[in-house]
Amino acid sequence: MFSADVIDELKEIRSHYPVAKAAMVPVLHVVQREKGWCDTESQAWVAEFLDVTAIEVFEVVTFYPMLYDKPVGRHTIHVCRTVACDACGGKELWQHLEHKLGVGRGETTGDGRFTLRSAECLASCGTAPVLLLDGERHENLTLEQTDKLLESAS
Amino acid sequence: MIQENKVLSARFGTPDSCSIETYRRDGGYQTYVETLRSRQPDDIIDEVKRSGLRGRGGAGVSPGMTWSFVPKQTDKPKYLCVNGDESEPGTFKDRQILEFDPHALLEGVGISCFAFGASTCYVYLRCEFAEGIRAVQKAIKEAYEAGFFGKDIAGTGFDLDCYLHIGAGAYICGEETSLLNSIEGVRPYPRNKPPFPAVEGLWGCPTVINNVETITNIPHILKNGAEWHAKLGHADDPGVRLWCVSGHVNKPGVYEFETGFKLQDLIDGPCGGMRDGRKLKAVIPGGSSSKVLLPDEVARVTMDTPGIRALGSSLGSAGIMVFDDRTCMVDAILNLMKFYAHESCGQCTPCREGTPWVVKILQRFVDGRGRPQDMELLLDIAANMEGRTVCALADGACWPLTSIVQKFRHEFEAMIPSAKTSSGRTATAAPTGAA
Ligand SMILES: Cc1cc2nc3c(=O)[nH]c(=O)nc-3n(C[C@H](O)[C@H](O)[C@H](O)COP(=O)(O)O)c2cc1C
Ligand code: SF4
Repeated sequence: MFSADVIDELKEIRSHYPVAKAAMVPVLHVVQREKGWCDTESQAWVAEFLDVTAIEVFEVVTFYPMLYDKPVGRHTIHVCRTVACDACGGKELWQHLEHKLGVGRGETTGDGRFTLRSAECLASCGTAPVLLLDGERHENLTLEQTDKLLESAS
Repeated sequence: MIQENKVLSARFGTPDSCSIETYRRDGGYQTYVETLRSRQPDDIIDEVKRSGLRGRGGAGVSPGMTWSFVPKQTDKPKYLCVNGDESEPGTFKDRQILEFDPHALLEGVGISCFAFGASTCYVYLRCEFAEGIRAVQKAIKEAYEAGFFGKDIAGTGFDLDCYLHIGAGAYICGEETSLLNSIEGVRPYPRNKPPFPAVEGLWGCPTVINNVETITNIPHILKNGAEWHAKLGHADDPGVRLWCVSGHVNKPGVYEFETGFKLQDLIDGPCGGMRDGRKLKAVIPGGSSSKVLLPDEVARVTMDTPGIRALGSSLGSAGIMVFDDRTCMVDAILNLMKFYAHESCGQCTPCREGTPWVVKILQRFVDGRGRPQDMELLLDIAANMEGRTVCALADGACWPLTSIVQKFRHEFEAMIPSAKTSSGRTATAAPTGAA
């Protein structure tokens, strides 16, 4: 399922804990990086790798917003929704993206390019509004800068 | 007048501040090595207690006190978890330490673990901190290579391992017992206390959870002494803090000051006053889980625990959110309550059911369909949440809510369609402040 390098990386992570199960979230992050999301087959693989049951993996995957239990687009956008951003242009940024991409919260564009999600406070309140594109933070965004940013993601 | 005192942020923005070379050039890791060589664990704990330092994660507990609860006679391994989940709305200070001075945090990790006998540290970071994660990952690697982690550190026989652990987007994982469950790889529901983590934490072993900024203070206290620290700022809540200012000011950002300054001076001075010359309407002073302050309160409050308590609020995580007179406070608290409803782990009924119920009522106001009885209903729901749950998330949701309902009653009343308001005016359905 994974390359030898990835398996080595996962074994290294697992070795950081006295109980293998504790590697759950870090291991799922690697799985998601490799697969795009935490599909059922990968979850079963993780269960075996960490010596737990599949339901224990499922319980964790379905709790966390940043672990995806459904496929996402090639690029994910997380727009901060919380109060400081909201008060400083976050609302407008969200509306702009919804309109531009033609999708709603949590949806993926028809060409599979972008998934648009909202996020709770991204700890960048002083540089609002803020979004993450593929996990990287972009701050103090104007709508024009946002458009340029999206163009850079094919 | 208000002047920055850069202790924690002294190296922020200097070239290559994240590398171990520049950190050591600036004297970094010397305190760690000297402490391991020449001081006794109990004596370190005592020094930290005497410094008067309070935890910077929100609850304000003395870290020296927490460390002293860790059992000394035990066969079990002991753990330190550094809390870098930083998800409290309005708070963005720990991120600066992670991104600009990760070795300062790691030096604090080393000294703290030595003080209470931990053999392993997990640095828990939220996964949204891509840059911070890269910086800390690299710093940990460099610290191992330089012999500051691993076996027989500085020839003293002290062993310490340090690993990064990454979360997955849940605010609740910042709550210390939720964080433990998050690390253990189960659903991160907060645990009932007691037992306290210092006695039974990770895998039933003694565990200390401290905030990033708390731990970063430790080397400075050991280097300069408890008396130096105790003299910074307010005598009952001494030290420097990284204050995060956001919202409608001209220069938002992170500022380092000793405690005890006047909030108004921070807004008018370093923050450059209100944006667009607007008027101040409200400040949430200590992260979203603190009670709102009105302009006349902002004008007199001093930023230290006694000063802010006198006005019924708290310093929490030092996230200062400033709102101008265009802000609709009903809209603002609706936004915040959506946050709490989304982040409730769902374990306790009052929190799981109460937070979305409050959202529904507030939405009704914003839609111009508020009912006269709804303000009392909001306070009643809050009274049935506060103090009745496993963790403090529910309390944290109630504090901004009740204070905004009480202090901005007129804004709620104005959103009740064609009802006689308490001031005798006939309200319109349109939100007043929502320009
Ligand atoms: C809902 C909730 C969220 C919290 N989030 C954080 C957080 O993101 N970072 C943090 O350091 N403390 C957070 N805390 C406080 C921790 O439970 C704990 O008090 C703190 O990490 C202890 O460290 P300190 O004593 O160094 O402040 C949170 C508490 C609650 C109830
Ligand atoms: S108060 Fe809320 S977040 Fe905390 S344990 Fe209960 S349900 Fe979970």
